[in-house]
Amino acid sequence: MIFIEFVKRNIRRNPYQAIACCMVMFLTFLTLSVFLLLAFGSQKILRFYESKPQAIAFFKDGTTPADVKAIQNALSKSGKVTGFKYVSKEEALKIYRERNKSNPMLLELVTANILPASLEISAQTPDDLKPIAEIVKKEPVVEEVVFPEDVVASLTQATKLIRIVGIVVVGFLITFSTLITTMIIGFKIRIKRDEIETMKLLGASNWFIRLPYILEGIVYAGTGVLLGWLGSFLVVWYFEPLLKINLGEIANCLFPISLLFIFALLFFEIFTAVAIGGLGSLIAVRRYMRV
Amino acid sequence: MISFQNVSKKFGSTITALEDVNLEIKNGEFVFLVGPSGAGKSTLLRLLTLEYLPTTGKIIMDEVDITKLKSSDIPTHRRKIGFVFQDGKLLDDRTVWENIALALHVKNLTEDKITKEVERTLKLFEIWNRRHLFPRQLSGGEAQRTAIARAIIGKPEVLLADEPTGDLDPQTAWSVLQLLGEINSWGTTVVMATHNREIVDMQKRRVVSIKAGKIIKDRSEGKYDLH
Repeated sequence: MIFIEFVKRNIRRNPYQAIACCMVMFLTFLTLSVFLLLAFGSQKILRFYESKPQAIAFFKDGTTPADVKAIQNALSKSGKVTGFKYVSKEEALKIYRERNKSNPMLLELVTANILPASLEISAQTPDDLKPIAEIVKKEPVVEEVVFPEDVVASLTQATKLIRIVGIVVVGFLITFSTLITTMIIGFKIRIKRDEIETMKLLGASNWFIRLPYILEGIVYAGTGVLLGWLGSFLVVWYFEPLLKINLGEIANCLFPISLLFIFALLFFEIFTAVAIGGLGSLIAVRRYMRV
Repeated sequence: MISFQNVSKKFGSTITALEDVNLEIKNGEFVFLVGPSGAGKSTLLRLLTLEYLPTTGKIIMDEVDITKLKSSDIPTHRRKIGFVFQDGKLLDDRTVWENIALALHVKNLTEDKITKEVERTLKLFEIWNRRHLFPRQLSGGEAQRTAIARAIIGKPEVLLADEPTGDLDPQTAWSVLQLLGEINSWGTTVVMATHNREIVDMQKRRVVSIKAGKIIKDRSEGKYDLH
């Protein structure tokens, strides 16, 4: 197609402007990708906690099976509990070792005696966790009760914050990229004024003259998308082991990232790129080209 | 048939480029426009391509008042006209082939048809072996032949030439003129603005003399005469 040839020639003739524009687009789409991944990840973690209402009671040393049974009986009567899982000191050590198998230093320092035995209490709904915790806390053999009410509240807050910051930062970068595209395409139109005049005299239609410039803006944005999208997944790939260690079981709901999500993100960003690149160059064409 | 009817063109309130011009050019004619610099020759040509619109008057081409054309119809109108400039106005970053092909690309012809036409035209204008060169690698005559080839490849009804021999040595200027004469013999109307007295006098064609924006003489088989 002749327009692709025109675009290639335009880019070859001013490679530094093309690189500058692609870099700005790359920054925009890298940021967009990272924020979308963060929003997606935090949402998944939030759902994980909401779908597994669970409280954990940690026992003091010397707690007997009879003490544990008594607590289970008391909780069963409340009707808010769907199940129990007792984790002994030895099982706790096994879990600890499994999670830290890549770090021998941590394994050497820990024995079963240091770790507390615990009871994982599954509730009917997240709202039942607080009353369950109140009952368990009263037991003298219980050292501490943790349940994810605070985690859910913090995560909800964090997710909101990620969305707001993401919208503001990405909004700013999209505006910036659009203006940079307008500036660069506008500059190109100005230095090619004679060529445009000649094309007009040859009978080129307005769109025949405009289209290569609009396509050029879209090419810059498209290049930025591909680089930004790849860059964001390189970041994820680099941090994946670290996240898996720190998030433990939660990481299973994040990784591996589904292919559907990966390509949905790409298509969404390509669509955004066409809009940004197209709009930026269309503004330039309207502003600087008199056809 | 091209007809200028009481055409005036003013730039701002003080500069009058053309004043009450009445001129008819029949299909297939070869007309020289002569006159000193600033007389209004180029303005007359640019009114035909609708780069300028007249301040008053009508310009009729093929029974249509082209000054009333919608802006979306202007490209179609321009495809009926070939334009050759003194400096050629070839696109620097395109080869001879690409420069000539551009005139057909704007008409949205197929690649096959474009290739055939460009090949035929390059051979006809004896620049086939220059097809891969860029304009800066061409001699003045070759560049002007390329510009004329680009102007006529779309088979325009009218060829406008604004000082096409201005930058050329006499021998090359003569060959360009012969080329324009040949194009005219195919039936294309040719209107050529020039300062070149020698060429005009030797051709014995219609000469329209313009001075200070007015037509002062219009003679068939005329001479370069501004008095």
